[in-house]
Amino acid sequence: MSTTISRSEAEDLLYEEADLLDRWQLEQWLALFTDDAAYLVPSTDLAPGTTPDNALFYIADDHTRLKERVIRLTKKTAHSEWPRSRTRHLVSNVRVGAADGDETPVTASFVTFRTKNGVTDTYMGRFLYRIRRTDAGLRIREKRCELDLDGLRPHGRVSILL
Amino acid sequence: MEREYDALFDRCWLYLGHESELAKPGDFVTRTVARRNILFTRDGKGQLHALFNTCPHRGSTVCREERGNAKVFQCFYHGWVFGCDGKLKSQPGEERYTQGHKESGVGNLTPVPHFDTHAGFCFVCFDADAPSLFDYLAGAKEILELIASHSDSGMTIVPGAQQYAIRANWKLLAENSVDGYHAVTTHATYLDYLKNMAGGLVPVPLSGRSFDLGNGHAVLEYKAPWGRPIAQWVPMFGEHGKHEMEAIYARLAARVGEEKAKRIATHNRNMIVFPNLVINDIMAITIRTFYPVAPGQMMVNGWALAPNEESEWARKYRLFNFLEFLGPGGFATPDDVEALESCQRGFANAGSASWSDISKGMGSAEPSYDDELQMRVFWTRWNQLVNGEERAR
Repeated sequence: MSTTISRSEAEDLLYEEADLLDRWQLEQWLALFTDDAAYLVPSTDLAPGTTPDNALFYIADDHTRLKERVIRLTKKTAHSEWPRSRTRHLVSNVRVGAADGDETPVTASFVTFRTKNGVTDTYMGRFLYRIRRTDAGLRIREKRCELDLDGLRPHGRVSILL
Repeated sequence: MEREYDALFDRCWLYLGHESELAKPGDFVTRTVARRNILFTRDGKGQLHALFNTCPHRGSTVCREERGNAKVFQCFYHGWVFGCDGKLKSQPGEERYTQGHKESGVGNLTPVPHFDTHAGFCFVCFDADAPSLFDYLAGAKEILELIASHSDSGMTIVPGAQQYAIRANWKLLAENSVDGYHAVTTHATYLDYLKNMAGGLVPVPLSGRSFDLGNGHAVLEYKAPWGRPIAQWVPMFGEHGKHEMEAIYARLAARVGEEKAKRIATHNRNMIVFPNLVINDIMAITIRTFYPVAPGQMMVNGWALAPNEESEWARKYRLFNFLEFLGPGGFATPDDVEALESCQRGFANAGSASWSDISKGMGSAEPSYDDELQMRVFWTRWNQLVNGEERAR
């Protein structure tokens, strides 16, 4: 199986992902991840490449906890996201790196808007993906969201999925 | 809010940082404390300094980095150079100043009126007439010491600060941080998550007490069913984790004795040090401070504190445990943020719906961890200082 991924293939995956998130189709979104996936949002004062094993992140989910995050977000008792906020995920500047074994790094710039209770918050930064080609199509092995912010201010939370 | 700055933040002892953040000579951090821009340094002799980060020449911010290591600090505006102790070392065009200008001290960075530490926790106070930190902390000293004694070799702040904001009055977070009553409903999804995880919980029912520590400080101490890196094992930590945690506990017991070790390991602690330092020793340890920037908005800083000597495994699980509950991306804190913002919106009706009720457990000889004694302790002190004649002591 070819490990090469074209930019348009990568863009299709990222646009599909953004659309599922904006429509709150979270179980379908989760299905885009491999069973050994990680979903990471580092704290904003950490250097690029820092691992969550010895540094405090905002989010460092393995697949099990990511699944639990999705389960949580589908409940009305996830108060921060019930009633649900409205989101719009914009993905741009998609670049595909050289394959490393069966994984290919893909980077993209993002802007995500979240609106709730009359307030719109903007999250922006860079996605760093590791993408794996499987029999079922391209799947996300890791998604790391590095925010270009001084902190989660004025947001106060990252309770949506970026 | 201005009355609160006058009566509280300009007078009380406030948390600046932890000594581990400045491990080596020359290490520094810059930090906003009660709207002041502070440069916190360790000089070449190992001495800590809390300095106003303002050039004594014309007022520019001297150090504009968040952290680092430096031999000197140079103000970029006119080029004055300061040592890590804040003393002026050189100034371009020095010959045009009156003789003795540099030696007189007028060119040094200004130290804060009071700086002191207790058990590794560093505090500042901007009131020259303030009581000592020792007296101010009252019963909170013992809890700080208890938390510091998690380690054989000293505690350390883990890299990475959770900096966030909440669109709510800062006092709501003071209440929420020591609120043992809200978990079952506000954090229903967190408790669901632990139940879903194979071995996320042990059969330890939530139970415990709250204590008035004096001077507006309060603590809850209680047992809970979740895992604690020091040292309440849950099956989710695995067999390897069991051995690690037995070893951690054995070392702890050998150092502090069985009784104290049991208290440290099996009891959770949520503490507020008046007015705005929270140290929660729960599924991990978090340190949190928060300041109002407007009546309906606060800035929050959160850190993770951990024993220096813990193994890679233990550090990883500690942080994993931290993030499942704590912080703006956790399974619980975002719902606290939502609750506080919801209260703030509710207070729009304060003219007609005027009360916030914190009477739970009032008059009880043994206030439970999920009563509201700790809020009454906080608010009583707040009322004495903001509305009364008394000054912070």
